This record gives sequence, structure tokens and C-alpha cells, in this order.
Amino acid sequence: MKLIFERGSAEQHLTLLPACDVPEVHFEQERQKELHLPHLCENELTRHYTEIAKRVHGVNDGFYPLGSCTMKYNPKINEDMAALPGFTKIHPLQDVETVQGAMEALYTIGESLSDIFGMDGITLQPSAGAHGEFTGVMLIKAYHTDRGDLARNKIIVPDSAHGTNPATAAMCGFQVVNIPSGEDGCVDLDALRAAVGPDTAGLMLTNPNTVGIFDKNILEITQIVHDAGGLCYYDGANLNAVMGVVRPGDMGFDCIHSNLHKTFSTPHGGGGPGSGAVGCKEFLKKYLPGPIIVKDGDKYDFAYPEKSFGRVRSFWGNFTVVLKAMTYIMTLGKEGIPEASMNAVLNANYMMSLLKEKYTMAYDEICMHEFVMCLVDLHDETGVSALDISKGLLDNGQHPPTMYFPLIVHEALMIEPTETESKESMDEAAETYLKLYDLAKTDPEALHAAPVKANCRRLDEVGAARNPIVRYTF
Amino acid sequence: MGSYVPTTPSEREEMLKRVGVGTLKDLYKNVPSDMFVKELNIPTGMSELEVRAAVTAMAEKNKVYKTILRGAGAYNHFIPAVVKSVTSREEILTCYTPYQAEISQGVLQSIFEFQTMMCELTGMEVSTASHYDGATAAAETIPMCKDRKRTKAYVSATAHPHTIGVMQTYCFANNTELVVLPAKDGKTDLEALKTALGDDAACFYIQQPNYNGLMEDADAIAEIVHAAGAKFVMGCNPIALANMKTPAEYGADIAVGEGQPLGLDIAFGGPYLGFMCTTNALMRKLPGRIVGQTKDADGNTGYVLTLTAREQHIRRERASSNICSNQQLCAFTAGVYMAAMGTVGMKQAATLSMSKAHYFASELEKIGLKRKYEGEFFHEFVTEVACPNCAKRINDALAENNILGGLAVDGGILWCVTEVVTKAELDKAVAIIKEVL
Repeated sequence: MKLIFERGSAEQHLTLLPACDVPEVHFEQERQKELHLPHLCENELTRHYTEIAKRVHGVNDGFYPLGSCTMKYNPKINEDMAALPGFTKIHPLQDVETVQGAMEALYTIGESLSDIFGMDGITLQPSAGAHGEFTGVMLIKAYHTDRGDLARNKIIVPDSAHGTNPATAAMCGFQVVNIPSGEDGCVDLDALRAAVGPDTAGLMLTNPNTVGIFDKNILEITQIVHDAGGLCYYDGANLNAVMGVVRPGDMGFDCIHSNLHKTFSTPHGGGGPGSGAVGCKEFLKKYLPGPIIVKDGDKYDFAYPEKSFGRVRSFWGNFTVVLKAMTYIMTLGKEGIPEASMNAVLNANYMMSLLKEKYTMAYDEICMHEFVMCLVDLHDETGVSALDISKGLLDNGQHPPTMYFPLIVHEALMIEPTETESKESMDEAAETYLKLYDLAKTDPEALHAAPVKANCRRLDEVGAARNPIVRYTF
Repeated sequence: MGSYVPTTPSEREEMLKRVGVGTLKDLYKNVPSDMFVKELNIPTGMSELEVRAAVTAMAEKNKVYKTILRGAGAYNHFIPAVVKSVTSREEILTCYTPYQAEISQGVLQSIFEFQTMMCELTGMEVSTASHYDGATAAAETIPMCKDRKRTKAYVSATAHPHTIGVMQTYCFANNTELVVLPAKDGKTDLEALKTALGDDAACFYIQQPNYNGLMEDADAIAEIVHAAGAKFVMGCNPIALANMKTPAEYGADIAVGEGQPLGLDIAFGGPYLGFMCTTNALMRKLPGRIVGQTKDADGNTGYVLTLTAREQHIRRERASSNICSNQQLCAFTAGVYMAAMGTVGMKQAATLSMSKAHYFASELEKIGLKRKYEGEFFHEFVTEVACPNCAKRINDALAENNILGGLAVDGGILWCVTEVVTKAELDKAVAIIKEVL
């Protein structure tokens, strides 16, 4: 399809703004370089974007079991509420008396999230999961720094962790200690005991972990880290398995981030905006980024924690994203939240039971909200890889699972159906997976060639990186 | 309680049976039994009708002003109807990061188009897909500029205080020294800059126009920064960029900024949009996502996420940043906005904003509210106030007339005028202020 710059004519433009009703003023130093922006009539403009939208697979386009990404249905009421003019048309620097409703909203979801997390304090400033991780690890840094415990310069991360965990620790100035996982995919307690010491600042952990298993040793894990003087950070990427069922705070974690755009149903938007709310225990509250929202009687106000390590972004957070999550929590309530998680877990186990008929599971036991298949045997036998199966799924109108993650499982496909998929849609999806398994054995070439029905064939990524073309040239 | 779980009770029984457990709770066999939550301490769920009423009640407690004369990092510009229409399409709204390129060509192409538009606006050679906001974009440039010898970062005190705050946080994080250089007459103090930058200077950041609304002497600053061997980073207002000398023309190494003015609601501060553009030389040091054009197996043009070897999912602790999700839908919105406005509309928005701000400043001066600083400005300016309580009195009087006045800042008021404000509204504001003085 054409790029937007290749459409329309240079003389075309919309009539959007009125004539200037005051004397015109211009810059003393104006730009010299000509400005090339698109030039289309409104009809052609909308056609371009309709064509763009048709070349995208959204949650409403079909099964989307992207492991670790929690692609649940994004309720329409959330969008309606976040679009209310009383929220979208208020300036972030209005006097607090004039934005009490907005502050009430932030306070309300803060209270709910604190309860779901099992934490005492919260900030809604972080804009995404990784930004929340940054904020959480900064709490750990601020704590040790404040205590003068400056030798604690290492963060422990299991080798099954998301890449954001070690990247975050490094951004926060820590050395990363990667520890190997046990054979069951869980934390190897001996490896952890060997790794902790007087230089341990903390541990970053997901539970359930990235292979979809709830670590039964979780209390011992957090205890080992605490005994060594470190703190425990909960990566909430997998919170959808346990919200309202178990609280990270009760597992012994000191701080947590949650991806509101996963667990609390706000849309992903093709890669954001998300929200990475961070919760912490009482003793860390004084280090939170400022400002936080406080309530005094019926009044809401901003307050700056006593030893805040500073702000992590401008203003107060991805406000309308937070509103969508608040709407979701208000809808589900105290019964619906655990109900959602338990059904997410049921769906994953059901899907696993269907796929187990042919595929090999990396860890063949009851899983949480997601599970990992290992396609090494299939690959050895047929030459068909996890990538090939994924591309075959594209030809069947499905979004593939997460591929090649976690790194500790070879030829991995990680499947997370979420609670909003029906049995019917999972039955149909599973049928396709099983059909592709058979196809791998009978006609591997067909899968090597896939996709053939998508908007394009496989793309040359190596060439793209070697000779980067990252903009259109006029 | 509302629910989005489609499974019926009979299906649930069937599924549990197939999985081989009796109840949902049996699935949590690894959870220590005393760890289960008995009941959450949050309200019971509600029907959609009740939720709508409750949330609408919150929205209605907020004051929406008819006229907004406040900016300071959040700018109330006109948003064409086509922008909301296009950006609310559910495919665009609900899709994930385009890892599966073959069924994500729409998103990938739109990012490629956005990158092109940002390169056009800034004059730079490369753009990323987006960052959380202008402040984090500014902060994330510092590691790009540092090396073993050049370890200190510098920022002008005339940048937005939130940007300086975020830079301080990020520098505290990775143990970088950040020096805030003083202002003189509302602009960067060039003499102080000359004295400050040494062999260990990695970069210097200014905002253009700056927090006081003034145009910095960016030519002179570029010369000083480059003479010291450091990188010059400019945070630019994207509407102003339609008309003003570009960061590339000033000689900036990296151009960043807050993209909110490009079609995003002021929405109590977010979600907004950070943008980051640079030279080909620094391309491989960029943090965050970048889309590149390539060919598919049939030789047709297509788009992929590229240069991913910089990123966290590949490079882990050696990545250029931990950024993963960014503000894609906001970048998409900005792209649609720029496409709708076109060159003509963007330039018009910039000229109207600038002209109206100048008209307002001159009218305020006539009634005794003088500008605090001399020098060229775009659509924001600071006026002095005669008495300590004047700013509050002025803004209270304006608020009574449904006008959000300027922001009270140290020793004055920071005003902003955009193209949506009419001359009649400005005249009305001036008349109200005159009564107060």
C-alpha cells in the first residue's frame, strides 16, 4: 500500500483553522528547510487510515494468546469513561479545588490497587511496565542510599526473567546477577542462597514466573533475600493469574509494579500508552515519586513524600489510561477480580489440555494463566520451528503466541488465552494448532513458506538492520 | 458485579473435568493455603449503568474552562474531528506491539510515517517510534551522549521543571552527575555555560522555546557546547517547529520534545508523547523502538521493528534502555493530526498561536502588566505582577468568567495563548484583569 506521502497533491489541504484576527507575528529566525507533511482531502485521509487499520490484528480480530502480554478484551465502557470531557479537557496545572473529581479517581484506584497488591503506598506516575520497574527498583535504591548502605550494588534476576528486568537494574546503576532456574522452571534456592550477600540490593521476580508456574517456595525466596538485607521486587507482568486470589505483599514482596494495560484491561494501542502503577510497603512510602494523592476529609490534595527520590515523568501519569483501569475495577469489584483471574487460569489449563494431545509441554503440570510449549522434538523431526508454526497461525487468522521466550525453554511458544476467551474460541484455536502439528509432519515446506495469506510474506529483518531505511525520502 | 468471562457454569464443569481438578481453587495447588485472600477490601462490582453514573459524577466535579490561557507543558490546541474518528478504531486501539510483522503492517507503516514526519519537523535524520513523554525523552538522551571520558550532563535552569526533575531522577539512577546551569534574564546564561563545560561534559540540554516562553540563543549555545566537545540536545515545541529554525539548522545532535500539542488532549497530564530524533551517526545509540523499511520474500516493500539489538529483549542488562511499551497510540494520533493539518495547517496553528500570544502580551502591557523578560517568544510569556497576591486575584477573577488564567510562577504569571482562543476572548480577559489591577 502507498505511504501517506505518496497520496494526494501538494495543493490539497483541509480547512481547519480561521483567518488570523490579530496582527500576524513571525519568528525572527524561521526554518529554512521546506516542511513536507501529507496533503490529502479528508476522504482520502480517512481511506488511508482505514487501509492501515485493515492491516492490523487487534483483540477483536481474533484469538490473541500472546503469552506474558495478557491480551484480554478491552471493555467499551472504559473508553467512554476516559473520553468524558470532564477528564479530557482539564489542564494538569489547574488548582486542585477545580480537579477534585480527577484526584478522587486517582485516589480511588490507588486504594483498590493497594488492596489487590497487598501494599500500603502507591504511585500512578509510571507510564508503562518497564517504567514501573524503574520506579520500583529506584525505591530499593533510595532505601539503601538513605540508610547509607552503599555497598548494595547488585540486583538478582532469574534467567527466566523478561529482558526489562536486567535492563532496568542496569539503568538504576546496579550490577545484574543472573541466577539459573531449577529444572522445574522455578527459582533454584541454592543458587539464590549462593548469590545473596552484603552486596545484594534486591531481587526482581515474577510470580507466577515466566513459565507459568506459581513458585511454591515463594516465602522462602523472599525470606532469603530479606535475611541478606535485600528487598524483593514483584514484576506484575503475570498478576492476571492471581489478582484477588493471592497478594504479592503477602508473598513477602516489598514493592510491585502492575501493567494496568494488561491485567486491568486497558488497550495496548500497538505498544502503549500503558500504565505501570507501583505499590510499596509502608517503610518505602517516603521514597515514592512525588506528588502522591492524599485525602483529608472529603478533600484531595497532592503531597510530596518526605524522602521522595524525585519524579519519573511530567505531571501525574497516563491519566486516562488509569481511568480505564479504574472503570474496570469498579465493574468487576471484589468478586469479579478473583473470578477473572481464576478463569484466566482455568482457560490456560484447558487450552494446555487440548494442545497436550500432540505438543510437548515444557513443564507438564497444572499451570497458572499461561503455559509454555517446547517444540524442540518437532523441530528435530520435521525442521519446522516455533517460528514456522507461528507463521502458519497467521494464515489461519490467529495471532501467534509469544515465541522464543522465556529463554530457558528452546523453541518455545508461550500461550496465554486470558479469561475473556470462550471455550468455543479455544476449541477452534486448538484445532488449528493440532492441524498445523500434523502439517509439520506431512508438508513442512508449507510451514516454512508461511504466511501466504497475510498482508506480506516473511520480511528481511537482517537487511532492515544492516541498511536501515527509517524514514521516507521526499 | 460485571464480568467479561464468557464461560457458562456447565462449560466450566466440563473444562475443570478435562483439566482433572474439582474446583477453580484446586488450580492454585502451589499457593500456601494460608496465603489465599479471603475477600478483597474493595467495593462490590457494579452494572455498567451504575459504573457510568459513578464515573460521570467524578468527571462532573472537575471544572472545564471555556477559555484556557495556561500552558507550561500542556497545550490546548485544536484537534480536527478526523483525528478522534481514526484513532478510536478498535484494531488500532487494541493491537499489541507489532512483533508479528506480517499481520502488523498497518501499525508498522504508521510508525514509519510518524518517524518521517518527526524528521521533517525537526530536520533530523532519524526518529524513534515514541517515548513516555518529553521529560523522559530528554532524560534518556543522556546515556547516548556519555562515554568513559565524558560523564557529566548539563541542563539549563530554563527547561521545564518537570523535565529537570526527571533528568535528575534518571541521573541519580545511573550515578551520573547532572548540573543545572543558571538562567539570566529568563534565558540560559551563556557566560555560565562557557565556564561550566569542561573535558568531562557529555551533553547540554535546553528547551526551545524555554519554560518562560523565550527563544534561547540556540546558535550561540550550539557553538559553545560543540567547542567544548559535548553533544547539544534540544527539547522543542512541535507546533513551533512548523515555523521556527529547526534543531538540525541550529546544529543540535539530538532533538526531543513533548508531542502532546500534536492532537492529544490536555487530559490532566497524560497520556502524552515523547519524541526523539537524531543524526545517522547516533542512530544506533537510540533507546526505544524504531521501524525500518525492508522487503518480503516476494520482494514487496514491508516494515519491521529494526535495530533491535539495542533493546532490552535482546541485550538485557546491556540494552540502551529498558523501554518496552511506549506511547504508540499517541504517536499514531500525532501522525493522523499532522496528516490532517498538513504543512499549511501546522504553519497556520503556529502562526495563529504566536500572533495571538503577542497581541495578548501587548494588550496586557497597555493595562500595566509588563513582560518580565525581554526577547523573542512564541506562544508563552511571563508578566510581572505588582503585588504578592495579584496573581491569585487575577486568576480568581478570570475563573469567575470561565477563563483559566496563566500559571503563577516565581515573581509573575506564565501565560499561554493557542490558536483556539479568539481575539474577543483575549479582549475580555484583558478587561477582567484591568478591573482587578
